[in-house]
Amino acid sequence: MDFKRVKDRVWMLVLPFIGFAVILGLWSLVASTFAQNLPSPMKTWEVSKPYIVEPFAKRGELDQGILRFTWYSLVLVAKGYALALILGTPLGFLIGRSKLFARGLDPVIQLLRPVSPLAWLPLGLVLFQKSQPAALFTIAVCSMWPTVLNTALGVRAIPKDYINVARMLQLSPFQTFYKVLLPAALPYMFTGFRLSLGIAWLVIVAVEMLTGSPGVGGFLWQEYNSLIYEHILLCIVTIGLVGLLLDRGMKLLEDRLRPAEVR
Amino acid sequence: MSALELRGVSKSYGSGEHATQVLRNINLKVEKGDFVAIVGYSGAGKTTLMSIIAGLCKADRGDVLLNDKAMKGPGPDRGLVFQNYSLLPWLSAFDNIMLAVNQVFKDWTLEQKTAQVEKFLAMVKLKDAAKKKPHELSGGMRQRVSVARALATNPEMLLMDEPLGALDALTRATLQDEIEKIWRVNRTTAVLITNDVDEGILLADRIIPLSAGPGATLGPEFRIDIPRPRDRKAMVHDLEFRSIRNKVIGYLLGPGARKKPGKPDAPMVLATQAEEVLA
Repeated sequence: MDFKRVKDRVWMLVLPFIGFAVILGLWSLVASTFAQNLPSPMKTWEVSKPYIVEPFAKRGELDQGILRFTWYSLVLVAKGYALALILGTPLGFLIGRSKLFARGLDPVIQLLRPVSPLAWLPLGLVLFQKSQPAALFTIAVCSMWPTVLNTALGVRAIPKDYINVARMLQLSPFQTFYKVLLPAALPYMFTGFRLSLGIAWLVIVAVEMLTGSPGVGGFLWQEYNSLIYEHILLCIVTIGLVGLLLDRGMKLLEDRLRPAEVR
Repeated sequence: MSALELRGVSKSYGSGEHATQVLRNINLKVEKGDFVAIVGYSGAGKTTLMSIIAGLCKADRGDVLLNDKAMKGPGPDRGLVFQNYSLLPWLSAFDNIMLAVNQVFKDWTLEQKTAQVEKFLAMVKLKDAAKKKPHELSGGMRQRVSVARALATNPEMLLMDEPLGALDALTRATLQDEIEKIWRVNRTTAVLITNDVDEGILLADRIIPLSAGPGATLGPEFRIDIPRPRDRKAMVHDLEFRSIRNKVIGYLLGPGARKKPGKPDAPMVLATQAEEVLA
């Protein structure tokens, strides 16, 4: 019985490695057969090595360590994401609290939500005429919807009794907001924040490609143009890892905020 | 002067053809220091009646007076014990009560406020659970916190909306005894809404049945002159207890019961309408 449990646990630990091994195998196979331009895993590692072992090196504007590029991307994402939260949270509260706003804005949101970042960026460039604000605009406008919708959902899910408690005590609208509504909706809001961050990170690559700003996405596009395909793969792995870490970090925060049991 | 007076209060939900009348012509007078129990069927509109008294919902018709003045919405002058406790889950027992104390005694020092919260936590025997969150407390303990929160603002009136409805029978009995004891000390004007006739008689000075809905209204009131402190074990054999209990249950099963469909006057109305159509 105990032996079986240990075996199961070891198996669970080994399985992900098998998954990665299969992917690497497929990659090698594809690289050595029909996609001759695709560098093999070994080749990718060799060419990428200087960027990984000296992750913060700066050899030139377009030749920097991978973590330095990542840092540029993260800074841009942080700005756009902050903008998304600043705009999205109050909007979510309005929609959650007022039927009028919900009715008026819901169709608009449903219409704007599926629009790709590739479509927003030119509009941002038309609006702001510079690539930096256009990039922020694109990140914000793409990533704010989960925050808006989850905040609205959280506000709507607040039990009426909590609001009645506030009414019986004659809390002012401001006190009702930050003593009752905000803490009650916070777990939902954080789910929205996490999903928004995921999208913001997703959008950054497209934005950097199109605006040519330095960062993981910009590097990826530039190395494609310089025919250094190994670096494309390095960038993909980096983007995936960073995205995963961001999501895990937010999940930790989210779980901390979630009450152990709601009522 | 009555602490609370309801005059001809009616309330319907919905509108037009789909409107259902919940409460019909409710008249009630509660004097200062009175403990009134209103007992009725589930779904009869008990919670609606309590919401109107609390000011959380408005009557369609009739007047609600507090100390002979028209009531203006909800306020901390009435301490409400909610049916499902309604403690804020992210605040500890202490902080849930502090939220109320903070709001009502704004000019007190922190020490005074803390002392007030601790006093009422002690009153409901939860001093040791002060730092616990609601989900760490049992149902009975949560309702105790809720009672403490309602009383900690020194309200003029304590309103209890089926406060013990969600508890098991034993916890219920213990808390009934505690509420009786607390009330004997505080003598706050109190309105209790319950579906338990025995609970009403054990706690209140007067018990009034609420007839079944739709269109529920208050039946005849019964005075309970059983001396306090009341002992639940002795009371079961008390003649007065049994007589009141029989009368209340008699009303609820008789005149106050749900109207059966096909009552004698209904077909007659239809007949007159038919005659009009034919004519």
